[in-house]
Amino acid sequence: MQIIKHAKIVSDHWTHVADGPIPSEGCISVSFARWKDQRTELLSRVDALGLRVSSEDPIEEVADDLDRFQMIGLDFPVFTDGRLFSVARTLRDQYGYQGEIRAMGGFIRDQIFFLSRVGVNSFEMEEGSDLHGALSALDDFSVNYQVSSDGR
Amino acid sequence: MYQYNEVDQALVKQRVAQFRDQTRRFLDGKLTEDQFRPLRLMNGLYLQTHAPMLRIAIPYGLLSSEQLRMLAQITREYDKGYAHFTTRQNIQLNWPALERVPDILADLASVQMHAIQTSGNCIRNVTSDPLAGIAADELEDPRPYCEIIRQWSTLHPEFAFLPRKFKIAVSGASSDRAATQVHDIGLHLVQSSQGETGFEVLVGGGLGRTPVIGQVIRPFLEKKHLLSYLEAILRVYNRLGRRDNKYRARIKITVRETGLDKFRELVEAEWTRIRGSMEVEVERYEEMQAYFSMPAYKEAVEPHQALQRNQNQDAGFATWLRYNTTEHKVPGYSAVYLSLKAPDVPPGDITESQLDTVATLADRYSFGQVRTTHRQNLVLADVRQSELFDLWQKLVSLNLATPNIGTLTDIICCPGLDFCSLANAGSIEIAAEINKVFDDIDYLQDLGDIKINISGCMNGCGHQSVGHIGILGVDKKGVEWYQITLGGSSHNEAAIGKRLGPAVSKAKLVDTLSKILHVYTENRTTDEPFLDTMNRIGIQPFKERVYANH
Repeated sequence: MQIIKHAKIVSDHWTHVADGPIPSEGCISVSFARWKDQRTELLSRVDALGLRVSSEDPIEEVADDLDRFQMIGLDFPVFTDGRLFSVARTLRDQYGYQGEIRAMGGFIRDQIFFLSRVGVNSFEMEEGSDLHGALSALDDFSVNYQVSSDGR
Repeated sequence: MYQYNEVDQALVKQRVAQFRDQTRRFLDGKLTEDQFRPLRLMNGLYLQTHAPMLRIAIPYGLLSSEQLRMLAQITREYDKGYAHFTTRQNIQLNWPALERVPDILADLASVQMHAIQTSGNCIRNVTSDPLAGIAADELEDPRPYCEIIRQWSTLHPEFAFLPRKFKIAVSGASSDRAATQVHDIGLHLVQSSQGETGFEVLVGGGLGRTPVIGQVIRPFLEKKHLLSYLEAILRVYNRLGRRDNKYRARIKITVRETGLDKFRELVEAEWTRIRGSMEVEVERYEEMQAYFSMPAYKEAVEPHQALQRNQNQDAGFATWLRYNTTEHKVPGYSAVYLSLKAPDVPPGDITESQLDTVATLADRYSFGQVRTTHRQNLVLADVRQSELFDLWQKLVSLNLATPNIGTLTDIICCPGLDFCSLANAGSIEIAAEINKVFDDIDYLQDLGDIKINISGCMNGCGHQSVGHIGILGVDKKGVEWYQITLGGSSHNEAAIGKRLGPAVSKAKLVDTLSKILHVYTENRTTDEPFLDTMNRIGIQPFKERVYANH
């Protein structure tokens, strides 16, 4: 599928694995719970690993593991649940996470600008979304009162 | 007052464009009602009983005459020729059409105004003391800090989807005229033992269904750490605050459930981590303070003689002077309250022609500025005493000189059942009824300082729980009843009112108030205000009188 990454529409190569079997090859993301459960097994994989975090997951518990993940997906239960905005900020500012932080799940286009300011740099919207419209949301504002996670 | 620079102006313009696009997508069916709701609320737009309601921000209650004229024009062009001032110093339009709201916002932006974050689960318009900068009991003018907080909180990317709304108030005076103890964060400018000025920080106050008085989370915060401390509180709250029940989502509940000490520990840990990168420099404060420097006051001109003569000539003027003006730190000047509580007008309402004329009066008498107050009145803050008589005459003809500031009929009142889809009962009609029955000005003045606050439902927009007498509308099987509380206050001695007893019917409400007032006048010592008598004798004598025949 297509996603927005680094302010461009690109093809995505990640497979988000739910509870089922884990494919032996390719980039996969797992849930927070699965990572806690199968950490050793997952670490033996060669291909890139991603972590999906939801609002209630205690990211503090994986702080030392963050460099294992090429991608952290912030999986919004509903768009009005703003906890993941602070999680993104904490990942970037407190833990210094440099990889991809992806918004996924229930977020909406009207949040893209704010998400980009707290450290999110890719956006996976539901199938059929207007990605060009979403891309333009990155330019909703040219001025800000706050400094973003990446110092803009 | 603060003047927008290019950044501020660009930001409000871009917000108008963004909202115009959101409204269009909603009307085109591309945004669902559930998606549009939080977006429009973040821009002050409610869909109400009769029509949308738009709440416009008046940062810390300060308006220029130019802005007043624009508000007058907007009420003429887009509404029904009147507007309503709120307890958080904002102004509301009750009849705008949804599709024209973006145009209203564009007009507002042309005079450096907006409706950003006047509702929704985000950081709301910061409020302050209506006598800021002129009060004799002030340590420092709070408005430069308010403006810095306004900018920091405006479109803050991390805190736009909080568990619930978040309100900040700042006071720089020893007398708390900003109700800081019933805000999510209350800031008091205080002096440390070393003589340095900083902030006492209160957290977890709030009204609504579960009224709570804020507690001190930090007795002294250095000024340079203002924004980092606020950011730390908000970040902890954003992650910790409950999302499962909107009635338990305010920070007051978070603090209660977490415990103040544990909550403080979390905030201070976060603050310690971020404070180095978020310091507010002295130059930034100085630059902001320059926007709020004192206007060019004139030397006092024998004010006392002229004033005395006018008072002797006109008893009405003398009464107005006593109730509707207050002292100013500069000799020869007074601050003047414009009462929006005339007997025949819903509390806080103002017409377009009044708005226009107030703008003219502000230009003529008070350096072109007007303040809005927490109690839904207006203030001309810098009036020469030698011009008070002239001004009074003009205010009388405008119906803005009812001499009732601080008396029984200076009622805080929400829009109630007449306008609001949340309300259970009418509130404006109760205020009208009180005005009709208690119309003897001598009696009102004899009663002295009594604050009646009325809300049409337990969401508490009329701040009933901190009224000396609080009146709360409740629905009992489709009939409007009213619950009464006594002894509340949002001032220095902040307290939540105690419930008098079972709710009374609408027909018996005013009679019940009469009984309460009789108990007070029978029990008071000389010059003892209602609140003091109530606190001294307790609620029992009031209960006994009111429910004697039940």
